[in-house]
Amino acid sequence: MANCDEALKNASVVTTNACKLCTPLGACIAIRGIEGAMPMLHGSQGCATYMRRYVISHFREPIDIASSNFTENTTIFGGKGNLATGLNNVIAQYNPDLIGVATTCLSETIGEDLPSLIKQYQTETEAQKQPFIIPISTPSYRGTHINGFQTAVRAVVAGLAKEDLPQKQLNILPGLVSPADIYYIKEILAEYGLKYALLPDYSETLDGPTWDEYQSIPAGGTPIAAIQSMGSAVGTLEFGRTLDSGQTAGGLLQERFKVPNYLLGMPIGVRGTDQFFEVLKTITRQDMPNKYRYERGRLIDAYIDGHKYVFEKKAVVYGEEDLVAGLAGFLAEVGIIPVLCASGGKSGRLSQAIREAAPEIADQVMVQEGIDFMEIAEETERLGADLLIGNSKGYQIARSLKIPLIRVGFPIHDRFGGQRLLHLGYRGTGELFDRIVNAILAHRQEASPVGYSYL
Amino acid sequence: MAILEQRQKQVYTKGQSVFEMECNKPSLAGSVSQRACVFCGSRVVLYPIADAVHLVHGPIGCAAYTWDIRGALSSGPELHRLSFSTDLQELDVINGGEQKLYCALSELIDRYHPNAAFVYSTCIIGVIGDDVAAVCKKVSLEKGIPVLPVDSEGFKGTKKDGYRAACSALFKLTGQIPVDNMSQYSMNIMGEFNIAGETWLIRSYYENMGIQVVSCLTGDTRIDDIQRSHGAALNVVQCSGSMVYLAKMFEEHYGTPYLRVAYFGIEDMSEALYSVAKFFKDPEIMRRARELVREEVEVIYPKLLEYQQKLTGKRAAVYVGGAFKAFALVRALRLLGMKVVMVGSQTGNKDDYQQLRNICDEGTIIVDDSNPLELSAFLREQEVDLFIGGVKERPLAYKLGIGFCDHNHERKKPLAGFAGMLNFAAEIYSSVHSPVWRLSPYRQKSNQDAADKTDFQDSKACVFDSPTGFSRVYKNA
Repeated sequence: MANCDEALKNASVVTTNACKLCTPLGACIAIRGIEGAMPMLHGSQGCATYMRRYVISHFREPIDIASSNFTENTTIFGGKGNLATGLNNVIAQYNPDLIGVATTCLSETIGEDLPSLIKQYQTETEAQKQPFIIPISTPSYRGTHINGFQTAVRAVVAGLAKEDLPQKQLNILPGLVSPADIYYIKEILAEYGLKYALLPDYSETLDGPTWDEYQSIPAGGTPIAAIQSMGSAVGTLEFGRTLDSGQTAGGLLQERFKVPNYLLGMPIGVRGTDQFFEVLKTITRQDMPNKYRYERGRLIDAYIDGHKYVFEKKAVVYGEEDLVAGLAGFLAEVGIIPVLCASGGKSGRLSQAIREAAPEIADQVMVQEGIDFMEIAEETERLGADLLIGNSKGYQIARSLKIPLIRVGFPIHDRFGGQRLLHLGYRGTGELFDRIVNAILAHRQEASPVGYSYL
Repeated sequence: MAILEQRQKQVYTKGQSVFEMECNKPSLAGSVSQRACVFCGSRVVLYPIADAVHLVHGPIGCAAYTWDIRGALSSGPELHRLSFSTDLQELDVINGGEQKLYCALSELIDRYHPNAAFVYSTCIIGVIGDDVAAVCKKVSLEKGIPVLPVDSEGFKGTKKDGYRAACSALFKLTGQIPVDNMSQYSMNIMGEFNIAGETWLIRSYYENMGIQVVSCLTGDTRIDDIQRSHGAALNVVQCSGSMVYLAKMFEEHYGTPYLRVAYFGIEDMSEALYSVAKFFKDPEIMRRARELVREEVEVIYPKLLEYQQKLTGKRAAVYVGGAFKAFALVRALRLLGMKVVMVGSQTGNKDDYQQLRNICDEGTIIVDDSNPLELSAFLREQEVDLFIGGVKERPLAYKLGIGFCDHNHERKKPLAGFAGMLNFAAEIYSSVHSPVWRLSPYRQKSNQDAADKTDFQDSKACVFDSPTGFSRVYKNA
């Protein structure tokens, strides 16, 4: 075996406490956001169970993910039989309208041709009514859960969207945001009185009301008819500066159906949200509803009230690349320096996204793609950061360095209500700003020998 | 909707049909099993070894989902709480991952100076043909510590095969060094994972009886404890599904006998102490065991009776990983006056289910390798007040307005031992008697249905009088 120093080029070869998840997990969450849909993994049973557990710990909702349950024989002779059995059983138990079948590292490595296996299944099955079955290629050795999420959204659009007469409909592809964020986007779109297809919409499926009737597939999700009509929309809004626009669902709609795609950052902060409303105006020719103009004013009012508490605080921001870029744009507005912007993802576009979202502080920011939490811990200490902003997996760093962690994004495994955290828009930014200021105040109060009761 | 045809023999209702339970088979594709995989089984068993590096060889998922996943506490080092992965990328899959594995192992050992390293093979390792054993051997020679491959490719069986792979790895650490200074009254604790510090509690009981605990192989574990474990006179095995393989290896190679026990509930906990005392045939040990049990029970029993008063007649469902835990829970729930109306496990064998059948009441549903749809149906059909399971089962209970007790690896309070029994009762009470259920629309509706039914007949009779037994039809689907 060759010398490791050469192979390593001074970087660590081990990923210690990953700041990313595997691709099929993202695909499963996306599929959960389609009405009447079931996610299924083509691979070992463990993948489905581990992902369910991980996702349930955040959302606290049932999430069923089927598996084709590879055995040793399946691995040697191929998964055709197991796939058919799995599909038959999912249909028998859940009667879904759509099944999103995502591959895993195992099925990809043995070279399964999932699209053609699904075609064969559809030809050979005798069932009268068949659900849509969408193949999704998500080898976990390529990309992160975000890539899996985006691949699933694109695969669904590719499989369902049809060309039709143009109609006054908007497509919106928010990416991996919280159910609260999706509820909020829907509220905004309702103000415009516009028909829209929001994909995926797991607001109700992953943060729904308690039940009075048992639901094998939780109610809610993007209606399939809405996805089918995406090809005839007047425009697509896609959140994600770090996405490869050629590879997204929005890109596909533009290429195939000539639906203009507006790729913009996560609408966080005043500027980020302004851009979102500007695009809405471009597409709908309607001004921002007064309700949001008012929210915007209240947000800036809050910024002013809290500005001294946060000025030139150093924050380490980590998580999914687009969330990080969106947060950086907001932090720059209030005077917090995101000294490290880090992600386990490796799009190659994070630096540029931060330059676009937060041009005024871009030269003070260290941007790191492909990072893990061990490296984040080292850098946080070295940079003398005052706070961490990211998912709950940064808790051990916050604990050992005794600095506050403001929990955002996914997953939130050590606090209650992660699914109800609002990040987007003026309102979400306001809530986020309150939480950041309060974390700083609490930290200061606890450290003070005086114990001030007015801060 | 009916239970899937291929699964019908994995469901049995006591008193309703001939007992011909099928189990011990791979999960059915598309069924949405609650089971994990071979890797999970191995990771669970070896997880509590706190001074070893645990390197997961494969793409990132398996390591990411098991990072700090279990509350297995350590009194010293905490290497087990870190997640290490070779994080294989596409090129590694094409070119092979041996070089990366070698470098990763070398780096980790230099960084942490562990007393051993375990390398877990995930699904694709077998497929791409990495010679993990050879890499481990090389690194072991270079670094002078044991580096053990764990054959835990996810598809190569069930969680039980993962237990076996982990036991094989553990066994390789034993028998290498001479052991003396061992008391004739010495034992190893196996299959107790020190969740929320439970092993410490159990260990203290045995030590108070005058027994030397040589090693807890699966709780707050150190490599040198394992290396001395073959010197113990007895192995005491809980969670028989995972560790009985190791106990059998000890029996075969070192002639060490083993006992199977459980530490949940007063009955099982007491029996776990008495059976060890009986084994050593020492009156003083038995006297101390009796005294310990009496003292402990005296403390908790009056409080348990208070809970019993409030829980008597409530109906419980249990779905856990191993069947042995299910036995103990059935007995513990009975002590609280509760009726177990459904019980199941992911990995029970035929003997386990036979034993469950023996201890359960008529009409109890027994299920192997169940899924969310079945479990939800059982909860509804059996009009359950409390469900005991793990994280994946919790939302099923809550959505149906049913109380829940997490008896899995995420629990933060000890539920084992005598003190644990009181925690268990308190947790059940706090969930079953929470006022929130009064607002649950599902609960309101089923209460109304039950009230309507009792106007005409005994509400349970319509379920149990059905000629085909459990009706196997979902009410609302």
